[in-house]
Amino acid sequence: MSILRLLTGLLLLLSLSLPAGVYAQSSDSEASALLQALADSSYAQKQQVISDIVSSGDERARTWLEAYADGKLAQTKDTGAFVFVLSNRGRDWTVADALSGDTIGEMSRRNIDRIRINNALRKELEGMLSVIDLTVDDADTRLAAARALKGEVDAALAERIGTLLDTEADDDVHDALTEALAIYQVAQGEVAAVAVLSGSLNPQARVALNNAAQSDNPELAAAAAKALESIQTKLKINSAAETLYFGLSLGSVLVLAAIGLAITFGVMGVINMAHGELIMLGAYTTWGMQQLFPGQPGLALILSIPAGFLVAALAGIAIERTVIQHLKGRPLETLLATFGVSLILQQLVRTVISPLNRSVVTPEWMSGSLMINEALSLTLNRLYVIGFALVVFAGLMLIMRKTRLGLEVRAVTQNRAMARSMGIKATRVDILTFGLGSGVAGLAGVALSQITNVGPNLGQSYIIDSFMVVVFGGVGNLWGTLVAGLSLGTINQILEPWAGAVLAKIVVLVFIILFIQKRPRGLFPQKGRAAEG
Amino acid sequence: MVSSNLNTSKPWLLRPFNERSTQLFLGILFGALALVTILHLAFPEGHALHVSAYTVTLLGKYLCYALLAVAVDLVWGFLGILSLGHGAFFALGGYAMGMYLMRQIGDRGVYGDPVLPDFMVFLNWQELPWFWHGFDMAWFAFIMVLLAPGLLALIFGFLAFRSRVTGVYLSIITQALTFALMLAFFRNEMGFGGNNGLTDFKDILGFDLRSDATRLGLFIATGIALAIGYVVCRGIVLSKLGRVSVACRDAEARTRFIGYRVERVQLFVFVVSAMLAGVAGALYVPQVGIINPSEFSPLFSIEVVVWVALGGRATLYGAVIGALLVNYAKTVFTGIMPDAWLFALGGLFVLVTVLLPKGIAGLLQRRKAPEDSAQAAGQEVTA
Repeated sequence: MSILRLLTGLLLLLSLSLPAGVYAQSSDSEASALLQALADSSYAQKQQVISDIVSSGDERARTWLEAYADGKLAQTKDTGAFVFVLSNRGRDWTVADALSGDTIGEMSRRNIDRIRINNALRKELEGMLSVIDLTVDDADTRLAAARALKGEVDAALAERIGTLLDTEADDDVHDALTEALAIYQVAQGEVAAVAVLSGSLNPQARVALNNAAQSDNPELAAAAAKALESIQTKLKINSAAETLYFGLSLGSVLVLAAIGLAITFGVMGVINMAHGELIMLGAYTTWGMQQLFPGQPGLALILSIPAGFLVAALAGIAIERTVIQHLKGRPLETLLATFGVSLILQQLVRTVISPLNRSVVTPEWMSGSLMINEALSLTLNRLYVIGFALVVFAGLMLIMRKTRLGLEVRAVTQNRAMARSMGIKATRVDILTFGLGSGVAGLAGVALSQITNVGPNLGQSYIIDSFMVVVFGGVGNLWGTLVAGLSLGTINQILEPWAGAVLAKIVVLVFIILFIQKRPRGLFPQKGRAAEG
Repeated sequence: MVSSNLNTSKPWLLRPFNERSTQLFLGILFGALALVTILHLAFPEGHALHVSAYTVTLLGKYLCYALLAVAVDLVWGFLGILSLGHGAFFALGGYAMGMYLMRQIGDRGVYGDPVLPDFMVFLNWQELPWFWHGFDMAWFAFIMVLLAPGLLALIFGFLAFRSRVTGVYLSIITQALTFALMLAFFRNEMGFGGNNGLTDFKDILGFDLRSDATRLGLFIATGIALAIGYVVCRGIVLSKLGRVSVACRDAEARTRFIGYRVERVQLFVFVVSAMLAGVAGALYVPQVGIINPSEFSPLFSIEVVVWVALGGRATLYGAVIGALLVNYAKTVFTGIMPDAWLFALGGLFVLVTVLLPKGIAGLLQRRKAPEDSAQAAGQEVTA
């Protein structure tokens, strides 16, 4: 044992007697000395040591402090070397050299002495780390660091930020730093800083202003109160924007679910209660594609757009051929028969796949959110769904207005006999139209799989809503469906905060029921010959 | 307008008794009631011919469904209104009865509160909501059984028929109506027990609900209610009002041009049908011992329509046959292979509408077509 100590002492002596490094950064010996001080000092002194490490300008300071904050910085008992603990599972821990960063290998747990840290120090460290980040070259890192500083600034930091501001070239970083500094200054009672915070959406800024508004200094209190007011207005606008976004998102889901129905029910006049199940098939197609391409959710999702369309379209055509064509001109019977089909499809999915919900992976480029400002961020998947709904709508509009098929569909719906006598194959048009409407339902399913659970009941929950949208918008009118879907979604979201989700839904349903009483043909009734189909 | 100038000697309610089909129906119904009663009482338990109390209650449940189906057939078959929301009227009647039964529990509940039902104590409610008052009196509850669904039908029908909402539109908004009510009743704040509904009933009119005698009594009462409901519907159908309503079904615009107030006829028939559905629900609740919001589900309402479709539209007795057959099949299927039931039900929807548009009654009528051709023509259905 004593030999070991002796050896350590010798080693220490040796290391001290080594010539000073010629690196631009501090030498390893200086670094060891700093870390040794960190290990040896009391909690009260550690703060000073940390500042020393930061101001040493060593490039490795960041990794050391990060590791220290995570409790991974340690010293070996035998050699006194500083190491990072990479894995602390089991008896032997994997460690890396703290100075060179090279992995050393496994080492007995008993030989490792972690440098202790407490919560106060950890918090301190977070502020310190961001200061280090403020000096790196990458502007994004600087911006993130500057944002993290808001509300964390103390006297020492304020001084540093003051000097940094002079050299900061990036405007965003500059603004963030100014704001962080202003939060501190307002807390210190500087009236001039209030102007900086006026209109800021940062919650820390609001805390600082709230405190200032209650201060004894009447000038400061008045200025802060005024600034708070402008912030409140801004927040209200932002929350309104957020509600609108959620409303549009829900609305676009409704539009997607209903737009296929607008073709089959609105244009063809066929009541397809299995429409919801066609949506479900589209969603399950997405799930199936992801099973086929494991690990590539993005590719699978893109492929499932045509696949979902095809699956649902074929299923729709099968329903048309086997059931609906025998019930032409009997809408109520069609309703019942297709309801039966929907029951069969649901049970089929339950029996063949599973009665439980399947999880569909969201690809990376669709997860996360788009940050507009500090009070408003838009989730990407919903943004994609809104875009997708608009694209699908535009596509359908084009087909119905500009193509031969669209022309024939409108001709057959207006006057079947006349259209046939003009040489239009009515049966073929029926099949294609129904396939189109069903395929669009499949597309809706693909989109829905990204934002809700994929289960056997998926379609059921949308069918009543979809019919409401089509009826509300005016049967046979695609624009009506778009407007109705988006407005119903928005109304629902506006009602939700003060009425609750369920009551909002009820209110919307009752509203539609009353609306249909007033305008039985919907928002945009068809005019002229198309009116009495 | 209704029956002022009809050239008939008898009041409208007695006219059905002259019909052979009604006589036959009532004969079979009362025969079956008597048979079940005798088999239940006369033979000891374990005997091969004994009908257990469980079976009696099950049959009673079927008869409730049959009454509901008759109510649906009245509006669908004779008025051309496909209601996908009759489950709502059924459930409202059921809730009215359920509230009476809850109040009858008194302090025998789990929490022993003399006034508040258990779920209210559980939710920390301090006093009875206003709409629960009066339900401790049987007569009030029984009036509400008719009034609650009747009023809803009156308001809903008034709005719908006045603005001439018909056909598929009406079907879809009736479905939305029951869907909205289901969501509402699922809420605890509504004061109807939320998700769990009303249950744990003890007795009705002083009779213990769990005793075999009460069950038999309820079964017979349901049978009698079905008979009365059938006769009332048949009476309406045979009256002048009934003929006008068939006219509305077949050519609404023409009937209006002749000078009839179509919406009034529709409203009257719709409200009567809703009340019948309410009675069915009220008889259903004490027999199954629970009422919860799932009775409002659109699936249930649309299932009722398929009973009627299977039995045959616009016959009334067809509705009864359909309800009994489908529910018997449901009991058998869910017992043996529960997964297959939805396949069977879905298949039934498709097959009946595509292959059997007139239902079982249509098959029966086809066999005796020559003698009844006039009647069959009168029941030609156009949607």
